[in-house]
Amino acid sequence: MNMAEVRKQFPILEQEVNGHPLVYLDSAATSQKPQVVIDAINDYYERNNSNVHRGVHTLGSRATEDYEGARDKVREFINASSIKEVVFVRGTTTAINLVASSYGRQNLSEGDEIVLTKMEHHSNIIPWQQVAKETGAKLKYLPLYEDGTISLDDVREAVTDRTKIVAVTHVSNVLGTINPIKEMAKIAHEHGAVIAVDGAQSVPHMKVDVQDLDVDFYAFSGHKMIGPTGIGVLYGKQSLLENMEPVEFGGEMIDFVHLYESTWKELPWKFEGGTPIIAGAVGLAAAIDFLNDVGLDEIEKHEHDVVQYAMEKMNEIDGMTIYGPDAQERAGLVTFNLAGVHPHDLATALDSLGIAVRAGHHCAQPLMRELEVAATARASFYLYNDKKDVDHLVEGLKKAKEYFGDVF
Amino acid sequence: MSFNNLDTLYRQVIMDHYKNPRNRGTIEDEGSITVEMNNPTCGDRIDLQMKVEDGIVQDAKFEGEGCSISMASASMMTQTVTGKPVEDALKMSEIFSEMMLGKDIDEKEFNLDDMGDVQALQGVAKFPARIKCATLAWKAMEKGVDEEQ
Repeated sequence: MNMAEVRKQFPILEQEVNGHPLVYLDSAATSQKPQVVIDAINDYYERNNSNVHRGVHTLGSRATEDYEGARDKVREFINASSIKEVVFVRGTTTAINLVASSYGRQNLSEGDEIVLTKMEHHSNIIPWQQVAKETGAKLKYLPLYEDGTISLDDVREAVTDRTKIVAVTHVSNVLGTINPIKEMAKIAHEHGAVIAVDGAQSVPHMKVDVQDLDVDFYAFSGHKMIGPTGIGVLYGKQSLLENMEPVEFGGEMIDFVHLYESTWKELPWKFEGGTPIIAGAVGLAAAIDFLNDVGLDEIEKHEHDVVQYAMEKMNEIDGMTIYGPDAQERAGLVTFNLAGVHPHDLATALDSLGIAVRAGHHCAQPLMRELEVAATARASFYLYNDKKDVDHLVEGLKKAKEYFGDVF
Repeated sequence: MSFNNLDTLYRQVIMDHYKNPRNRGTIEDEGSITVEMNNPTCGDRIDLQMKVEDGIVQDAKFEGEGCSISMASASMMTQTVTGKPVEDALKMSEIFSEMMLGKDIDEKEFNLDDMGDVQALQGVAKFPARIKCATLAWKAMEKGVDEEQ
């Protein structure tokens, strides 16, 4: 499938919003879904819906096959060595919370350190703050440079034998920075620490190989990778997951239940208490098929072209400030401010032209403070966006500048 | 491409309050109440100071940062409630919330002209994503009065 064909597969993009063709530039918040994903979920409910892992009946077997088939698809997609390492969860937030509450509580004690960056999303900060409070561990933040990057020298200095966990995002949802995960994993391991990676903004957009990166935990969400909401993945190394306690208890995750104690199922099911997110997993599998069909390398290259073009054109507008690294070194999103127009006003003005961008703090308040801004606007691109979308955005920005310039 | 529909939101008087905010600053009086309020979903923030004596809002001033709607609303609110009895200010806040929900205000019950420039914010009701920007200052005022009492 070529990139021009791709866009046509997303029915939601065919509409008008406020009298203008929709230009959707908010995929870093959530992506749109192709028809095949919507159909896969419908089809599951129309023909195969049943509970998994228990029914002897035919529908039960089909649902189990669908659900476990999806797990194997995810395993292959991120190159995990076994399905035991692929835990289905609600999303990235749940995955990180699982690691913090289980691995964190079991392995952290007073004086231990958790090393983070200042560009983390709230969901990769607060779970660690909470577990630090409970265990007496300390959070330690790496310096952030003007161009929105961190330095490996700082990582080498910050990570010591006291470090137990390095918690870092692979791609910043605000700056678009791509962090050197493989090198950071190596440094963490040299000190006996584990690395837990927020992959919400990377897995949808680039090839991720968890074995090559040698990460210990890796979390991502289905809805940002053209799959449905409510399904996400925690990858964890088997040796680590084996020794971790579940955080949710109940049906589906047990082996034997007695009156006063119980035992757990084997991996990965011991972490999946309750009826799992079956339709979500089915949708995610269809999303992975679609992404593979287009090709992750193809998608990455396409987004790179679009973001490079966007930065070039946006920088031509007077009063434009773009945050983060150069186009060469960033993922497909641009966070910016236009002098004289507050980002919320900008987002409302663009929305009236059918252009959807995000405005606010992007769930990264500490980073906003670091950038010394209260809010910013963000345009984020995905496989269905093209340079024409950028042209609409740039034209909209110019109009908005004119409009707010006039009213002042 | 045109912005015709935006004019219902960004009325001239709103942009005037944004550009030339009334009552921006702090009250140098010890007996005043200070309230900090923010809109956690978008980062707008207001520090409101009020001086209430004998059940009357004697003075109201604000500092803060946010979009044109939130800052204009704070300017208009402080202008409108200054000199009014506390219960009138609270009643106005109630009316303002109804206005933001797009409800018709019974003009026999309440004279909208008493709200002064605040009336210009009526158009915000048509932009659901922006209602919280407009109500922030009013919520801060309610909280301040609440703390005072």
